[in-house]
Amino acid sequence: MIYVAFFAGAIGAVGGAIAVIAMRNPFYSVLALVIHLVALAGLFLLLYAQFIAAAQIVVYAGAVMVLYVFVAAYVGAVEEPLWEPIPGQRFLAPMLAAALLVELAIAILGTGLSAIDSGGPTLPGGFGTPNQIGHLLLEQFLVVFEAASMLLLVAAVGAVTLAARSRKRDEPDRARETPA
Amino acid sequence: MSPTAWGWLVLGFPLAGFLVNAFGWRVMRGRTAGWIATIAIGLAFVCAIGATVSLLGHSESDREVTSSLWTYASAAGLDIKIGILVDPLSAFMILVVSGVSTLIHLYSVAYLDSDRGYSRYFAYLNFFVFSMLLLVLAGNFVLLIIGWAFVGFASYALISFWYRRETATKAGMKAFVINVIGDVGLVLATFFIFRELGSFDYLTVFREVPQHFSTNSGVLIAICLLLLVGAFAKSAQLPLHTWLPDAMEGPTPVSALIHAATMVTAGVYLIARMYVLFEQAPTAADISAFIGLATLIFAATCALAVTDLKRIIAYSTISQIGYMIVGVSIGAYAAGMFQLMTHAFFKALLFMAAGSVISAMAGTQDINRMGGLRKAMPITSKLMIIGALALAAFPFMSGFFSKDEILGYAIHRGGFYVIFAIGGYFAALLTAFYAFRIIFRVFWGKPVSEAQELEHGHLAHAPPENPLTGEEEDTDVGFPGEEHHIAERDWPMWLAMSVLGFLSIFGGVVEIPGLDNVVENFLAGSFLDSKLYENLPTVAADWGGLALGGLISIVGISLAYFAYVRRPGTTAALIRRFGPLYKLFVNKWYFDELYDAVIYRPLLAVGRFCNDVVERVVVQGIVAAAVDVVRGVGVVVRGAQSGFVRAYALLLIGGFAALGLYFLIAAH
Amino acid sequence: MTVTWYVVLSAVLFAIGAGGVLIRRSPLVILLCLELMLNAGNLALVAFSRAHGNAEGQVFALIVMVVAACEVVVGLGLIVAMYRRRLTLNVDDMRSLKG
Repeated sequence: MIYVAFFAGAIGAVGGAIAVIAMRNPFYSVLALVIHLVALAGLFLLLYAQFIAAAQIVVYAGAVMVLYVFVAAYVGAVEEPLWEPIPGQRFLAPMLAAALLVELAIAILGTGLSAIDSGGPTLPGGFGTPNQIGHLLLEQFLVVFEAASMLLLVAAVGAVTLAARSRKRDEPDRARETPA
Repeated sequence: MSPTAWGWLVLGFPLAGFLVNAFGWRVMRGRTAGWIATIAIGLAFVCAIGATVSLLGHSESDREVTSSLWTYASAAGLDIKIGILVDPLSAFMILVVSGVSTLIHLYSVAYLDSDRGYSRYFAYLNFFVFSMLLLVLAGNFVLLIIGWAFVGFASYALISFWYRRETATKAGMKAFVINVIGDVGLVLATFFIFRELGSFDYLTVFREVPQHFSTNSGVLIAICLLLLVGAFAKSAQLPLHTWLPDAMEGPTPVSALIHAATMVTAGVYLIARMYVLFEQAPTAADISAFIGLATLIFAATCALAVTDLKRIIAYSTISQIGYMIVGVSIGAYAAGMFQLMTHAFFKALLFMAAGSVISAMAGTQDINRMGGLRKAMPITSKLMIIGALALAAFPFMSGFFSKDEILGYAIHRGGFYVIFAIGGYFAALLTAFYAFRIIFRVFWGKPVSEAQELEHGHLAHAPPENPLTGEEEDTDVGFPGEEHHIAERDWPMWLAMSVLGFLSIFGGVVEIPGLDNVVENFLAGSFLDSKLYENLPTVAADWGGLALGGLISIVGISLAYFAYVRRPGTTAALIRRFGPLYKLFVNKWYFDELYDAVIYRPLLAVGRFCNDVVERVVVQGIVAAAVDVVRGVGVVVRGAQSGFVRAYALLLIGGFAALGLYFLIAAH
Repeated sequence: MTVTWYVVLSAVLFAIGAGGVLIRRSPLVILLCLELMLNAGNLALVAFSRAHGNAEGQVFALIVMVVAACEVVVGLGLIVAMYRRRLTLNVDDMRSLKG
């Protein structure tokens, strides 16, 4: 049973990933990524990470991807010419990615780590529940938690600043070009 | 105070004077720099007297006192201290050097008065005296070399004092180059001494030499010959003499101090100081004596023919130092040093008087343009006659006692040493002749226009020009000042000259055979281990030699009187009759031309070749090639900075993959 | 189902993401591929957390999600700003760093 679940999630994840890099239309890529994220959430569930799975769906697939959808709609399709200006990129990129994969695979499969070979220890009840994660966040990793919230604040401010409409700019905003 | 404490003070005062003049020149008005310098040297002279007196307080056999300030280097087997040695020889030298220097400084205070480089002159002069005293007081070879080099520099700086005059700067360079040749000899000799004996300290070396070296051992002869190279370069003996006549480009007091009384005697001092080495290698001493003999005859012949006043006196200096070299080489140390002292007196006097004469002649130095200055310049002429009498070894003047003592010693030693006496007497005849050639040409005869002007109380003036080439000059800094000072009008000048005149007449009384032997007894404390020092002729033999010398001197003066005053056409007739010989003498035996052809031109050709071929093709080629390589590599590397983000990402991931590969391989 | 499977899967996803960053030219899609890589990392973290029985890995993964969110926000803001100023949205045309 568990194999079925694993392979379902795996195929979904890999398929979504390949679709992301292969699709011409960026909108389709975004949708493919959503599928990928949902598949990953399933895999997280298999690994007893309930909270993380939920967070993945709600935050990642729910909020971040929606953001992507908005921007993709705003920006529209981007022309990607066939000709490759960087010599050798077309050939080297897949090669290097494959090389990377092979090396990582060798490293994982040939590793001396013993824990990786097993299914893992018997987990106590409550492993991966929001309760436990919450305790960890607020007790052991409080500073990290606070830092993460600072980071979010900074990012929000940065984004607003970046995308704000400049008042003194002569160029009219694209959004205003088309008559209402 | 101990002798060495006095010795340090002797070094300290001139150094202080130099520093004050060097750094304070902006704030000094008028003659201040001159007085500061003179007082500094005067104090050094007082301290020299103090050192001598203190040294006399020691017993006769204990008169070699050393003291060191600090250790200069003490590693790898070297042990060099900043140490001085005060013994009778160095005490004698510092007395002569500081005494004569004080008088010359006094003279210069007035002589260079309007010169724009006044303070610079006195700074250099003080530095020179400091270096000379350092050289003399050095207690080890390293400090000797330091003093030697400083003196060479001071000489260069002072010869090229009027630095905008091209002949002066060339002369300075010539002097410096020949001086360096001597330095090399000296340094090599020191190196060999250190290698053989393991020490630089004088007393240690002198003790070890007789034990370590057999008589006339090859190494010791080599060391002595190298020392002689140094001595001959400094003392302007053959073949390294060509710099001294050209050094007359410097101001006249400089010629008096450096190139007559002190620096050129450094070679004589060196040989006397190293007597232990020379007595252990008599061959080298004999070679030295023969070169001295050759020099003294050669220089005397040149002095007969040359027409520039200062250069005649310069050749006279070369000749007289030849006497001193002969003296200290054959073992007559006391006589040689005595001659050094008296020569300092009368030669400095002669130069000072020459300076006065040149000033009266508004800068001209050619004796063919001088004449009849006797009435116009009473003080200068009388003092110059005294100097010339001393130079000619006229009976009972100071030069009489000193020069003939050397020759008497030579006769006494017998064997082939008699040659020195014969050559010496012959040259004495020539000396007397040319000494009075100067006197009669300058002061006798019909007064020239400048003399007539001066008789009416007006000092002649002429547009400033180079006395040698006649080039036009101005009187700003780098050239002589516009005023000319003569002894009759400036009291520092006639005071200094008078003191020297007195010493030229009466300086000989300290060493009259049979009556007293002040110099000999005093210097004995430095020559305790000498086998030749005590080997002295009898009083009768001494007086015999003196009588012969006096006779020759009178004959020479009479010949000069006859040739220049009684029958004025004699020299012209002689020149016509002995044409080629005269040409040889006037061109200084063609030494300068010889060196030009044999040394200078080939080296210049080598230099040009190196510049055209080696430098331009090889070196420049290598450098250009290196530049091209680097530039090429840069072009290649710059290709990686394409500006494409994806290319950078590619390199990033590629690098990561490579790193991973490395670690995977390493883990196996 | 040993942990090895999950980690290998994570490596595969990471390699796919890396390849995507190198191949695609639209900044939007490049960001998406970056997301792929980050998620692959998350998967590995959670897998190892399961292997050790230690929930700290999951907290790490959570924070990674936070960081990814921030990065996306800023990146998308940049893209919007570029679009507004009529700049080309082709990564190859931005070559100011050349030289």
